[in-house]
Amino acid sequence: MKLTPVDWLIMVLYFVFVLGIGFALKRYMKTSKDFFQAGRALPAWICGLAFISANLGAQEVIGMGASGAKYGLETAHFYGIGAIPAMIFVGIFMMPFYYGSKARSVPEFLRLRFDEKTRALNACSFAVMTVFSSGISMYAMARLIQTLHVFDGLFHAMGRPPEDIFTFSIVLSAIIVLGYIFLGGLTSAIYNEVLQFFLIIAGFLPLVLLGLRNVGGWGGLKATLPVAYMHQWKGVMHSSTNPMGIEIFGLAMGLGFVLGSGYWCTDFLVIQTAMASKDMDSARKVPLIAAVPKMLFPFLVILPGLLAIALPTPHTVETVTRNADGSIVHNIQVVSAQVEQGKGIVPAKINPVTGQPMFTASGQPLLDYDMATPNMLLHYFPTGILGLGLTALLASFMSGMAGNVTAFNTVFTYDLYQSYIHKGASDRHYLAVGRWATVGGILFSIGTAYAVVSFNNIMDTLQLVFSVVNAPLFATFLLGMFWKRATGHGAFTGLIAGTGVALLHHGLTLPIEDRTGIHGGWIGVLHHYPSEMAQNFWGAIFAFSANFLVTVVVSLCTKPRPESELVGLVHSLTPKPPHHHLAWWQRPETLGIAVLIGAIALNIFFA
Amino acid sequence: MTLDLRIPMGLMFTLVGIILVAFGIATKGNTELYARSLGINANLWWGLVLLIFGQAMFHLGRLGQKKMAKLPPEPVDESAPRRGH
Repeated sequence: MKLTPVDWLIMVLYFVFVLGIGFALKRYMKTSKDFFQAGRALPAWICGLAFISANLGAQEVIGMGASGAKYGLETAHFYGIGAIPAMIFVGIFMMPFYYGSKARSVPEFLRLRFDEKTRALNACSFAVMTVFSSGISMYAMARLIQTLHVFDGLFHAMGRPPEDIFTFSIVLSAIIVLGYIFLGGLTSAIYNEVLQFFLIIAGFLPLVLLGLRNVGGWGGLKATLPVAYMHQWKGVMHSSTNPMGIEIFGLAMGLGFVLGSGYWCTDFLVIQTAMASKDMDSARKVPLIAAVPKMLFPFLVILPGLLAIALPTPHTVETVTRNADGSIVHNIQVVSAQVEQGKGIVPAKINPVTGQPMFTASGQPLLDYDMATPNMLLHYFPTGILGLGLTALLASFMSGMAGNVTAFNTVFTYDLYQSYIHKGASDRHYLAVGRWATVGGILFSIGTAYAVVSFNNIMDTLQLVFSVVNAPLFATFLLGMFWKRATGHGAFTGLIAGTGVALLHHGLTLPIEDRTGIHGGWIGVLHHYPSEMAQNFWGAIFAFSANFLVTVVVSLCTKPRPESELVGLVHSLTPKPPHHHLAWWQRPETLGIAVLIGAIALNIFFA
Repeated sequence: MTLDLRIPMGLMFTLVGIILVAFGIATKGNTELYARSLGINANLWWGLVLLIFGQAMFHLGRLGQKKMAKLPPEPVDESAPRRGH
């Protein structure tokens, strides 16, 4: 890829603004509340856009494009089922307890509602996982920069070997993210997430518009692709008749109820932005405001994948032209096997040892779907706007990293350091600890990124750990907020049981395309799933149910907390949030219903 | 109140817009460069869109700041009863 000074100018401009915002905010960071909670003073729209932007990391932008290329429009279920209902639920029903309890983090809410050990369990696992996911994000970004040869020209000009690009990318992103969080804390992270949100739209909207124009609009795209690709709901009743290999019950319960809610309703990575808003009404509106662009994002992130598959695959062509003087000119445009074996502009995967395209057992080439979206950028963007597109891509990586880092420094400082290591110090001390926790978190992320390079299976292992730990979480919060009888002992044993069952389920089942090992079946194979996603969704359903049952049973056997202690933490004991000071159309409930209707309409339209 | 985000954000998109528009004008008629964007001068047109967006954000931010400056400082006490309802 050839970048010209214009591309560099745009990229540098963005980095200057990102760091500039951090510097401008530094003077407002006086207390730990300013640093960790943005002073609880931000307007709802900013927090709302940061709420989805925190999730709009690399895994989202690259992964959804890849999934769109692989599974088609069915990918949009991750939005319609996996996100929107959960976002409405957390805004309307759960935010009053998060925000109203004055807890400073999600683990702290667990201590207020349950007990110390439940908080400790959640805080530890959460802190470890945020560092890991920020490291994975870093790794993915450095790999992408390598694959796209972004810095190759620069390195060549400086006379440095291209092997250093990986380290250079990691250090550069680490310094930038560290810089703006160290200076401006959560406010800085949120402001930059909003900036990244608009930048991602600025970079991807022209891509989708150009792509659609090229294939002849929506109708043209439909005509090029297989039928199942362009329908969200076709064949969803049975796992063998839809591209993802998952049937309606597993999809609705596993993705919508357990995994979607588990993420959007309990993950401090996103909840922290809502908890930073200025009052209760704003906090409740944050996830609902976020849901509006979330509904429309499939067009921005999934469609590039579909377009990449729909484009004609390049082949080696030989054109013969005869010059005016009679000489014959052979003009051969050579296309590598990697591209020729691909589909559309999605290349085939290359075996790193032989350098040849890889094939599945049935002789089909294995496609490198992660290249769908980046290749679209290279395919359509001339220099100039290409710089903007690449900046948007880099911004999305940093956005995901920054959200993880601020979530980590808050949980570490409040829930681990202040609670177990050094109690009762001055606020200044905790502010300083928070700043240094940011440095520590980023150093651990760098370590993770290098671990992913050195150990082949570490990425799969980490994904497995995430899914096993996160799957049962939602049951704990659901019971905690809506059942006053739930006790701390119940919640703690329930969480452990849920994680245990998730692990057991993984060890006993296997997706049909995989061998026993890291993908499952390491205890013994009792059941084969049609796809990895089906295994994942069903694992979540089992984990959730186990957590739910064990929490209920243990709670009934242990001593309940007096009701007076649970006011503001449990639904039935908390007075309804007053909102008669708002006109009906300003209320969170109205917005929630409007979002729900919009989501249903979109699903019917693309059914 | 801290810094209004719309002001730096408006500035950034205005600058990006100006860069793209200028580059778009400079490369006008370069068919080779714009072959990949289907013959559309993507820099010029998208630069204009971003320029307008950036200016809108910037001025909204300035307007909001002026409004904030005019308002009397808000009462800090959250427990004070709301008036008028």
